[in-house]
Amino acid sequence: MAEFTLPKNSKIQSGKHYPAKGAKKPRTFKIYRWSPDDGQNPRIDTYEVDMASCGPMVLDALLKIKNEIDPTLTLRRSCREGICGSCAMNIEGTNTLACTKAIDDCKGGEVAIYPLPHMPVVKDLVPDLTHFYAQYASIKPWIRTQSPAPARERLQSPEDRKQLDGYYECILCACCSTSCPSYWWNGDRYLGPAILLQAYRWIADSRDEATGERLDDLEDPFKLYRCHTIMNCARTCPKGLNPAKAIAEIKKLMVERRS
Amino acid sequence: MADTQRPLSPHLSVYKWQVQMVTSILHRATGMALAVGLLLAAWGLVALAGGEERFGHFTAFVGSPVGIILLVGWSWSLFYHLCNGIRHLVQDGGYGYEIVQFVRSSWASIVLSLLLTAAVWAYVLTLGAAA
Repeated sequence: MAEFTLPKNSKIQSGKHYPAKGAKKPRTFKIYRWSPDDGQNPRIDTYEVDMASCGPMVLDALLKIKNEIDPTLTLRRSCREGICGSCAMNIEGTNTLACTKAIDDCKGGEVAIYPLPHMPVVKDLVPDLTHFYAQYASIKPWIRTQSPAPARERLQSPEDRKQLDGYYECILCACCSTSCPSYWWNGDRYLGPAILLQAYRWIADSRDEATGERLDDLEDPFKLYRCHTIMNCARTCPKGLNPAKAIAEIKKLMVERRS
Repeated sequence: MADTQRPLSPHLSVYKWQVQMVTSILHRATGMALAVGLLLAAWGLVALAGGEERFGHFTAFVGSPVGIILLVGWSWSLFYHLCNGIRHLVQDGGYGYEIVQFVRSSWASIVLSLLLTAAVWAYVLTLGAAA
């Protein structure tokens, strides 16, 4: 059920302020903080960062804060070039990757940074993605075949390969799923845009031979049909993909196979 | 480590309101408004069957400021739900999924519904009243 307000232990308190001493070009970052160790509610800490000695991306600012101002700030990051999906978070109200979001593209004076929305928080900007990954596993994201394995690899024509464009690029950062109000309210049973896009990636693969079973598995009022084409997913995807379109294709296949 | 009652990260309160999200929630809200508004329409029909005096009560209510506000709201709900419903129908066919397309069609639903409402009420308050 839709719970519009945050539970008691999740309500946000005001936090600490870290002013930049002698900064040439200060920029303010308001960052969500929560630690499992102190028994406190989450809070918003305010950091002033000198842009004169900071890299261009939001991730650069976060790492500068961690290195020079407050080493307790916790976040996931790895590749710093938009391919691993680790640093997905809510920046200025929409979900994106901190490593590919330029600070100059943040319009407001203060840059607000929260963890991915409506997720259990492990610490600070680190959400618990266990359920998300379990949902991914549930769609069996690997090639499933019945025909005997060929001597070498299973071949695919360039045209068939093209069918995967716009889907194979998904890095499972969870930006789209956690932008989706349907996933907020029904994420326990609704698979959400990222996982459904992945499901379509295998349905659309000419080498996969389990299309029928895959559609059977998705034919469910919650797993698939909680998508109400709100489109937050497509608007927020940091890779420019369109999960809503993938879900629409699955829905179309459901109808087509009935007739 | 045992689960220390992890907090839920904020969602509605921090997510930026974008037009596609607004049209979606408005579709629900207007759907509910239409269902409630049917009670008003039903009252009108019952009053009509009940004779001139009862129908007079009904027309007096819908002609009052509160009644006009309800009727304008109901007619806008009808047009919005219609426009946005057509938009969803097109999307169910697999069209209009590019960002620029759904942003434009979202605005189109809102603007068109307002124009239709204005047109109907311009007719009712001018030509309709004369008839």
